[in-house]
Amino acid sequence: MTEIVVIARLVPDLVEELEIAPSGTALDLSWLRLIINEFDNHAIEQAVILKEKTGANVTIISPEAEGVEDMLFTTAAKGADRLIKLTGIDEEKPTNESLAQTLAGIIKEINPDLILNGVQAHDDIAGDLAPQIADLLNLPYVGYISGVSIEGGQAKAFKEYPGGILAEMEITLPAVLGIQASEEPPRYVAISKVRQMMSTTTIEEIAGDGLATENNFVIDRMYLPEAAEKAEMLEGNEEEVAQKLTAILQDLGLL
Amino acid sequence: MPEQVEYWGIPHQWGSPNILVYSVMFLAGAILIFRFFLQARIWWKVGRSEARWNKLHLRIWNVIKYAIVQTRVLRQKYPGIMHVALAWSFFIFFLGTALATINVWFIKFLVGPVFSIYKLTLDVFTIVFIVGAALAIIRRYVSKPDRLTYQPKFTWTLVLLVLIVLGGITTESLRLAVEKPINMLWSPLGWTLAQIWIATGASDTVLINTHLGIWLIHLFSAGITIITLPVGSLLHVLTGPMNIFFAELDRPIGTLPPTPANQEGVPIYVSKLNELTWKQILNGEACTECGRCQDACPAYGAGYPLNPKEMILGISEVLKDAKSSPKGYDVSLLENSKLSTEVLWSCTTCAACITECPVLIEHIDTIVELRRHLVIEGMIDAELQDALTNLGRYGNSFGQSPRKRAQWTEGIDPPVKDATRESVEYLWFVGDYASYNPSLSELTAKTAMVLQKAGVDFGVMFKGENHAGNDVRRVGEEGLFEMLAEKNIKALERCQYQAIITTDPHTYNTLLNEYPFAEPQTILHYSELLLMLIKEGKLKFTNPLNVRATYHDPCYLGRYNGIYDAPRQVIKATGCDLVEMPRSRDLALCCGAGGGRIWMEEGKVNERPSESRIHEAAALDSVDYFVISCPKDYTMYQDAVKTTGHENDLYIKDLIDLVAEAL
Amino acid sequence: MTQDIFVVIEHIQGQVSDISYIMIAAARELAQAQGGNVVGIILGSGAENLKDSLAADQVIYCDHPALAEFSSDACKRTLLSIFTEHDPRAIFFGNTTIGSDICSSIATHGSYPVINSCIRIAEGGAITSQICGGKIMVDSQLADKTTILTMIPGGYKPEQGQGGPPTETINFSPPDLENLKVKLVQFIEPVPGDVDIAQEKILVAIGRGIQTEDNIELAEELAALLGGTVCASRPVIDQGWLPTSRLVGKSGKSVKPDLYLSLGISGATEHLEGILESKTIVAINSDPDAPIFDVAKYGIEVDLFDFIDPLLEQLESAKNG
Repeated sequence: MTEIVVIARLVPDLVEELEIAPSGTALDLSWLRLIINEFDNHAIEQAVILKEKTGANVTIISPEAEGVEDMLFTTAAKGADRLIKLTGIDEEKPTNESLAQTLAGIIKEINPDLILNGVQAHDDIAGDLAPQIADLLNLPYVGYISGVSIEGGQAKAFKEYPGGILAEMEITLPAVLGIQASEEPPRYVAISKVRQMMSTTTIEEIAGDGLATENNFVIDRMYLPEAAEKAEMLEGNEEEVAQKLTAILQDLGLL
Repeated sequence: MPEQVEYWGIPHQWGSPNILVYSVMFLAGAILIFRFFLQARIWWKVGRSEARWNKLHLRIWNVIKYAIVQTRVLRQKYPGIMHVALAWSFFIFFLGTALATINVWFIKFLVGPVFSIYKLTLDVFTIVFIVGAALAIIRRYVSKPDRLTYQPKFTWTLVLLVLIVLGGITTESLRLAVEKPINMLWSPLGWTLAQIWIATGASDTVLINTHLGIWLIHLFSAGITIITLPVGSLLHVLTGPMNIFFAELDRPIGTLPPTPANQEGVPIYVSKLNELTWKQILNGEACTECGRCQDACPAYGAGYPLNPKEMILGISEVLKDAKSSPKGYDVSLLENSKLSTEVLWSCTTCAACITECPVLIEHIDTIVELRRHLVIEGMIDAELQDALTNLGRYGNSFGQSPRKRAQWTEGIDPPVKDATRESVEYLWFVGDYASYNPSLSELTAKTAMVLQKAGVDFGVMFKGENHAGNDVRRVGEEGLFEMLAEKNIKALERCQYQAIITTDPHTYNTLLNEYPFAEPQTILHYSELLLMLIKEGKLKFTNPLNVRATYHDPCYLGRYNGIYDAPRQVIKATGCDLVEMPRSRDLALCCGAGGGRIWMEEGKVNERPSESRIHEAAALDSVDYFVISCPKDYTMYQDAVKTTGHENDLYIKDLIDLVAEAL
Repeated sequence: MTQDIFVVIEHIQGQVSDISYIMIAAARELAQAQGGNVVGIILGSGAENLKDSLAADQVIYCDHPALAEFSSDACKRTLLSIFTEHDPRAIFFGNTTIGSDICSSIATHGSYPVINSCIRIAEGGAITSQICGGKIMVDSQLADKTTILTMIPGGYKPEQGQGGPPTETINFSPPDLENLKVKLVQFIEPVPGDVDIAQEKILVAIGRGIQTEDNIELAEELAALLGGTVCASRPVIDQGWLPTSRLVGKSGKSVKPDLYLSLGISGATEHLEGILESKTIVAINSDPDAPIFDVAKYGIEVDLFDFIDPLLEQLESAKNG
């Protein structure tokens, strides 16, 4: 049976205003709301789709964070078979380097055919996680994948290239893939199903060994961008604004 | 003295006619009972059990009210009079035959004046029947309204009933023509017809023989009617009153049924025929195909896939197909096109269907239960998925931060009180739309300022408030509803207040009817509060508006919770001249936003319900104000007034707008 | 370790992509602070001529059929051997569908620290990055060893990195490229015969706010009036309402029109990356906090469905005189 591992992380929700911690080099965690990294959500969906098609076994690994249990139970409600929470994480996010090393160790034990991860996380300052794990396990990595199937010992995937061009790739398994979009949009899971999972599924805990929070380069400061020169807002009712805009376009010689 | 004669003109030489009559009637009756029992047994066999025997006195009262007096049927004049004429006349005929039977076997009371009144009543109701039958024939074969089903079985029923009654009046008139009894004028119709027979100059023997023939036809047509009852359109004579008797009495319509569970406690998400309760199956069988629900349905009117009448008949169809199918009753309802996912998602839960139904069919319960299955299976459109995901994450359907929920309070002086921090008299549960929709924040702020002017001590919960969950429940996401209700109740428990007020009827409905509060609560719609303030003199109108206005009853305020007058009194108090639209009060047409529809993709539509409503208001004589009392109505009608091109002659006003203007 | 700044040049189907020039511009500033050369790295097959437009001092060129188009396994192996031999101060990769595939795994393999999403070089060679959808800025320093930087557009114009040709070309022998685990089977071209939005002067862009496929007509009417073409952000393309050739953004096209008129686009960073070269951006969105207003020149806070008809009217009458 095909083994699939998905690494899913929670990231700061950009719906809320972000604040800088007093240290000046990190985000203020008290104001942070965490949500699942949307790309990881797609990776989970892709794994479940593969399971539905080929009968694979799906394991989700997630570093400890506020709300991670809910997220893991939701993946179980979608069809994930095994849930692992990586513990030993304090408030501060561990570096991708140390996280990659710890996860590589855990994944090696599982010995999967395919490892999926969302192609990027917007709060990553030090590289992307999945390619680092790929190198540690000496596995190939391809990112910006939007559709995977498994045939023989190979993955057939569609990779996005610049300019809206898609390419068909053949990747020898085992491999690590960075998912941009799942074949079908992530499904909705009813809350009652998630709650049902809470009483019938367990989350395994594995202690993280050697997790570090200091990056291997120096961050001078983290700050909010200066209120950028915002656009000149055109005021008035719809007709007035339409007139103003038309005048602007005429002045620019665009009409 | 004139008296009822048993079997006048029926020869006794071949034995007592009793043998013929009673054997025909008992046989017909037995066949009817047997066939009906076989049919009805399937409902209990296939459907889940549900106890509906409590409050017997209420149930019997409902049967009298809805099945005999037929108040629902009488809501519309033409079909009301038509059906009542047909039904009551047959009640009287049946009663007449029963009394005649008692007269023969037990007490001889059909004598003298009693007998005369008896004859008169029967004759009068024969005329009533004829009027009803004429109305029915014109309706079914001449005017042919869309909402009726045009099938042979309805024609057969009319033919049989007319045959029975004609048989009755003809035999009577023939007897009168021969007997010419003293009290013949107590049978005016019969006596009039008798003149015709007399005029033919036929001999008594001819008349008596004709009488015998027609009497036999009358007997057998009655027998055939009884035997074919279970397969004809007259089945509703049995199933209708049954459906009325077993109607839901414990839950108000604003409370949805809980998710059922099997013996192991595993929830049942209804999608198959045998997952319905027997009562839900009975709904399908009791439908008279009158089509009133179809006419009232805003989704159907707009051109959406839902037809409430066909949806209910679909259940009956699935049952029928299942009887002859190898798979049996373990069959999905969703595969029938009348119960497809598109049909189920079209419903706005406005309750017009259940308000109109003459036999008290419960359409919405079934739709919502089936939606629960669709939600569990993830069979929802992308927009709805987004809304539900946002509600789960942020407690509002807009996907905005909970911290921005009370952004509308910025700039209000004195600042709006935080009910989570200090005690207030009225806790104002603002609701999603009033809080987050940019076109409504002005109105919400105005509402606060009006309340302040009236000296009301109120507060809001700021970020402690979550979506109340009414429409989440109607969409079928029970788990999310429970989560939202838990959060809201927890937040409310930390506050101190005397009563909860809200401008949103959906919020009002679920707080009042569905929230499992530990202690009884006082929940008010703001129209009730405004009226109270007006009566207490705290809102004085120095500037009466002198405008012609019409009022749109919100579904969840009017049909669901019976509040029709408070808003009207507020409108009149501000000096408006209130003009009613043709469809007002419990006939009001839904704006189309309810039942989660506002969160779904619109799809192809002929005319939006909100646009139809604007046309209705615009057709009123020089009405300038279209008054609403629900935030979603406000946005829906603002859009509709633009898309119908009426933005310069019809102004959408909230009650608060009127009050503010008139102060 | 030398003080040279390496730039991994991205090219596809014979074209050097804009991010490469942007990286060269950034590399130039960093090189000045470090006192080294700007070295472009080109991996390809018969692609040496791509160096001609690069404003770099040197070029390292590696030729092999397996390097004709980008593929992660082949490029990673080649670059690792280049870096091991040449030991630069810093290496620029594009934070793109090409660069991201290899930079982090190369970083792990060579123990190079990696700094993400660099947008510009600040005073004294500090690195300024933009993360969290553009909401957070980070200033950092190069580590004491070879450091990898991933670059996003927005800090420099491609023109600033164009020039050349570089004075020196070093031919690098490819390493063992047998038994590659990643193979590019074929490109799936977008709809042939469709407009190349990257060449258009006037673009009307639609986003999630357009709501349904039917409404795209409105945008097309507007585009026709202005003499332009309709393009879109990801949500519209994902729905299948327009072909991928119309996608603007990180994994779509970078456009540089005279006028970019957006309807109902909020301005996610992936999309904004593709429009920064536009001359004039006019944004129409009902949410006043939408990030697109930070890059637009003119903004209109209105429901696009309320605005389109008046706008079409005004434009018609202006055109007709």
